[in-house]
Amino acid sequence: MSGLLSKELLANIGKQAPPRTEVVTRRDIRKYAIATGQRDPRFLAGDLAPPLYHVALFWDVVPLEELTPDGVSIDKLLPKFPLERAMAGGLNIEYHRDIFPGDVLIANRTLTDIYEKQGRQGPLIFYEIIMEVSTETGEKVLTEKTTRILR
Amino acid sequence: MTRIDQIQPGDQLPALTDKPDNVQLFLYNAALWNAHRIHFDLPYAKDVEGYPGLVIAGPLMGDWLTQCVLQWLGQDGRLAGIEYSNRQAAYIGETLTTSGKVLEVDAAAGTATVEVAVTNEAGDVITPGTATVRFHDTGLGHDSDRGAS
Repeated sequence: MSGLLSKELLANIGKQAPPRTEVVTRRDIRKYAIATGQRDPRFLAGDLAPPLYHVALFWDVVPLEELTPDGVSIDKLLPKFPLERAMAGGLNIEYHRDIFPGDVLIANRTLTDIYEKQGRQGPLIFYEIIMEVSTETGEKVLTEKTTRILR
Repeated sequence: MTRIDQIQPGDQLPALTDKPDNVQLFLYNAALWNAHRIHFDLPYAKDVEGYPGLVIAGPLMGDWLTQCVLQWLGQDGRLAGIEYSNRQAAYIGETLTTSGKVLEVDAAAGTATVEVAVTNEAGDVITPGTATVRFHDTGLGHDSDRGAS
């Protein structure tokens, strides 16, 4: 392990965010469907949520004073990293159940990994967050792994 | 013949074309509650972050990948999973093409794996990904409605 990731920083692996509960509404599905240019009329009518609707549903809603001057909300699950410029990110999602208007969904997020790699132009820090979305009754809806790269 | 029996590795998915404008990008970020200035403040995007234009949000391109798969799949199955990475940024004014190709078909499991990508006008693959689809059980011997996990 090279010098960028201290033991204190790595101790954040396994940290969990407080569970978040959100209500799915037809109006919010329609807004998302229109803004993403969906082609399927079920999505546009808000009868069924498009596959990436949960990205909008669980985007953090924070007070204005908690946004940085560039308009970004700080993810409290993350420690302060020695590299700060976010590069490419990616998602890996496994679906278990469709999302419908009226659903009450709970998201549990865990910081599952932090590691370092040598890029062509210097060191890179990778981190992974897993978000498990389920219904109020505990039925699994989806599992999403986010990977972000910092340089 | 059921749908999965008609699908072969190498099959191309019909491509989609998107050219988001300021209004669509604004509505998308509003739907998320994403206030990052690179998506709506052109002087900030250029002068502070050094981008050539307003940046199209990464997960919007991820969404187009799912749309490309679902348009091809129709009512014959469901999306079981997708992974993608945002490798390169795209900007307002660009026309972006989302396409895909069947990689593998597992008739016994009732699943197929599809390679998908968003490509810019220069031909760069900016958002590559892979999706897994599960075909509906037709009652003809495909055990395709087992749980996704």
